[in-house]
Amino acid sequence: MIAIIDYRAGNLTSVRLAFETLGIDAEITDEPARVRAADRVVFPGVGAAGASMAALNNLEMVDAIRDVVGRNVPFLGICVGTQVAFERSEEDDGVECIGLLPGTVKLFRPSDRFDKVPQMGWNGVTQCVPHPIFDGIEDNSEFYFVHSYYPAPADESCVLGRTDYAGVSFASVIGKGSLVATQFHPEKSGRLGLRLLDNFCKWEP
Amino acid sequence: MLTKRIIPCLDIHDRKVTKGVKFQNNIVLGDPVELASRYYEEGCDELVFYDITASAHDRPTDIEMVRDVARAVRIPFAVGGGIASLDDMSRILLAGAEKVSVNSLAVRNPAIIAEGAKALGSQCIVLGMDPVAVNKPECPSGYEITVRGFREHTGLDALEWAKKAVDLGAGEIVVNSVDADGTRQGFEIDLTRMIAENVPVPVVASGGGGCAQHLVDVFEQAHADAAIIAGMIHTGEFTIPDIKRELAEAGVPIRQKW
Repeated sequence: MIAIIDYRAGNLTSVRLAFETLGIDAEITDEPARVRAADRVVFPGVGAAGASMAALNNLEMVDAIRDVVGRNVPFLGICVGTQVAFERSEEDDGVECIGLLPGTVKLFRPSDRFDKVPQMGWNGVTQCVPHPIFDGIEDNSEFYFVHSYYPAPADESCVLGRTDYAGVSFASVIGKGSLVATQFHPEKSGRLGLRLLDNFCKWEP
Repeated sequence: MLTKRIIPCLDIHDRKVTKGVKFQNNIVLGDPVELASRYYEEGCDELVFYDITASAHDRPTDIEMVRDVARAVRIPFAVGGGIASLDDMSRILLAGAEKVSVNSLAVRNPAIIAEGAKALGSQCIVLGMDPVAVNKPECPSGYEITVRGFREHTGLDALEWAKKAVDLGAGEIVVNSVDADGTRQGFEIDLTRMIAENVPVPVVASGGGGCAQHLVDVFEQAHADAAIIAGMIHTGEFTIPDIKRELAEAGVPIRQKW
């Protein structure tokens, strides 16, 4: 069973519909026990890091997430789900996060007034290392991004893909063990996004 | 590099896609889900639906249609028209839309922008505006906001309104030029650039797109982040792949693989 973690951080309709399109059964759940029992876990998220961490703590979800990642269960972070997997975020005057990945999450500070924040739209992902998540996806393909903050991993070996925006080349795909995480929204990234989700469902780390 | 977005606009009248000039003389073009699926397959970057019946007759937005579109396409889409409350916004997003677009409602009740942004996130609150060129002391930018299908002037200055909406929490602004709408003679460059230069959020140009060169112009000269097109593709005169090819040849960053 694939568990999609519902922690009241935004709308899960697109994630649910993407799995439906692929014909893959996935259960949306806010119960830590269901997450612990899952064969794979999807950790989406839209919104602010502070509110997301508060919601995860309220649901007592953080230990369940640490547990599944510790047991090498395939785990996919998306957008804010990816961000709160780091140690801390600059958002909301600084938020302590889960710390599955070494590093922090930083705000875009563009010097060009036409580089808007949030970054909103389709941007290319340069694949830094081969990874099963990229199977059948050409290098530099575009995915759909909506975010004001970006991951800054402390360990370069975690960086699977990079994207350029507002004067930084940031880690847009991060991987470590059974965890893989994207800053973009594969569930809203057309056929290539579906391919990435399908790759995740077939991946045996 | 972030690519420029091409956004087909589908005006919905009684669950059919229609096209008119300046909200008049609407002709039926087809089924919204079929057209949305076709543009998705052809590589559009996003879609926008305006429920013009709902907007004109104070009816709620057609939620069933939003659900059907959400099942059919795997790219973001926005929905506008007939939104009267935070509840309405929430229903549209839960049905699968990525964004809601408010226009007349925000003019009547600007606080709805802040309420929507707080409850649902700025990134899904789009301010749609319909500015018209005027020469009035209360509109120093030279453009006044109209509402209700351009029928009512509001006395609001377009630039001041755009800045206020962003301060309240709007995550994107669609600038739909009343003067250019439906003319297919090109986007209104000065107006779009003025807004794009003065707000920190993405700006979408709308109204007047008639050929690929018009899109090149609005991206390069007005720094629009995205452009809405309608008539030029609805008639079959241009296709999205053709437009994208021309844009890429002109050096505009554009998504070409999908």
